[in-house]
Amino acid sequence: MYPPNFDYVAPASLDEALSALAGADNAKVLSGGMSLIPLMKMRLVRPTTVIDISRIPGLDAITDEGDHIRIGAMVRHAQTATDPLVNEHATALAQAAAATADVQVRNQGTTCGSIAHADLAADQPAAILALGATMVAASVRGTREIPAAEFFVDTLTTTLESDEILTAVKVPKGGKSVYRKLGRRGSDSDYPIAAAAAWVDASYGTISDARIAITGVSSKPYLATTAAQAVVGTDGSSEAIAAAASQATDGVVVLEDLYGTVEYRTHLASVYVQRALEDVLQ
Amino acid sequence: MEVSISVNGTNHSSDVEPRTLLVHYLREDLGLTGTHVGCETGYCGACTVIVDGRAVKSCTMFAVQADGAEVRTVEGAANDAGLHPVQEGFWECHGLQCGYCTPGMIMSSIALLEENDNPSEDEIRHGIEGNLCRCTGYHNIVRSVQYASAKLRGEEPQGASAEVTT
Repeated sequence: MYPPNFDYVAPASLDEALSALAGADNAKVLSGGMSLIPLMKMRLVRPTTVIDISRIPGLDAITDEGDHIRIGAMVRHAQTATDPLVNEHATALAQAAAATADVQVRNQGTTCGSIAHADLAADQPAAILALGATMVAASVRGTREIPAAEFFVDTLTTTLESDEILTAVKVPKGGKSVYRKLGRRGSDSDYPIAAAAAWVDASYGTISDARIAITGVSSKPYLATTAAQAVVGTDGSSEAIAAAASQATDGVVVLEDLYGTVEYRTHLASVYVQRALEDVLQ
Repeated sequence: MEVSISVNGTNHSSDVEPRTLLVHYLREDLGLTGTHVGCETGYCGACTVIVDGRAVKSCTMFAVQADGAEVRTVEGAANDAGLHPVQEGFWECHGLQCGYCTPGMIMSSIALLEENDNPSEDEIRHGIEGNLCRCTGYHNIVRSVQYASAKLRGEEPQGASAEVTT
């Protein structure tokens, strides 16, 4: 199964990559290729130019930036899953990375690639929404930062412009987070039928702030704002958690497919919000 | 495009189309047909090879991405001294039925044992999660990896009669 032919460039610097992207008509950025290559093989996307960013030095680093950690565009899932900084400060993202696909895909696919691809059931977007992360988007026009909450527009659609590369994701330190999911066929690593990431700041006993994000349920990963509000100001009692769980799908259109009906997915969203909150408040 | 790829320790310089998948480069340009083409969508793992020490699915990687890399395929597993312990394990413990998934299973298992030479049964099952066996011969595949693990650690491997716990 071959994709249509394309021009391949593997720039040695980010500036070269950004120029190539700005100058091309119909280009796609290739990091690990775990989503892009199957799409190209099925001819669902037909880029005329593929810009491989894997040879740009420095993009594969996870760094401590004081009040946040920075995960570069070429950091692969396997690295995110095991990195001590991510496990300490962005536990939900490390858990999401460990629960993504299989060994070979985790060895090749990248955290930023999954975020930029924005599959409606991807693991990473839920984690970065709950963590309140910031996307760093670069183009020849400059660099801008996009809050996770403003990044996902719809299925496979983000606010990244066609000349921009997601060069890093910045995750603020502080609070605690977890990611819990039910994968297809009962696995813990296939695409989620439903999954929830929860982040809380409960440093003084009472929950002063919380974010809950859900993936696999609707046309895009989303922040369950009213659910999160239900635990803020509480001490995380089982009543507060139940109230949050009952609002997991408030205001969203729940989708169905052969892995789950609307009713089943709505139920699972509640269950996984509850489990994520119970875990994170332990 | 000109690429230079080391495969099983031999350097190859070739001219490939950018769209050439690594698995087709290995099979058709180099004649190394041990690596199998299965589902072609990244699910089945029959095409698993080791690129710069990491198990990857060669049907979901362009040959140009492997430019400058060191690739290991099932043809490179054995050496003059005999079969690789993982291959020996598959032989001794009946780790294959039709054999279609076997090259990928072997390369995933080699990569797993290079990272962790004493995996638990659970770790083995997770380690080969990206490889599907449609004969469903997973029990014996797990036994084969356990055999290889023992052998690599210098212990007496247990053969086909060993019980898989849990």
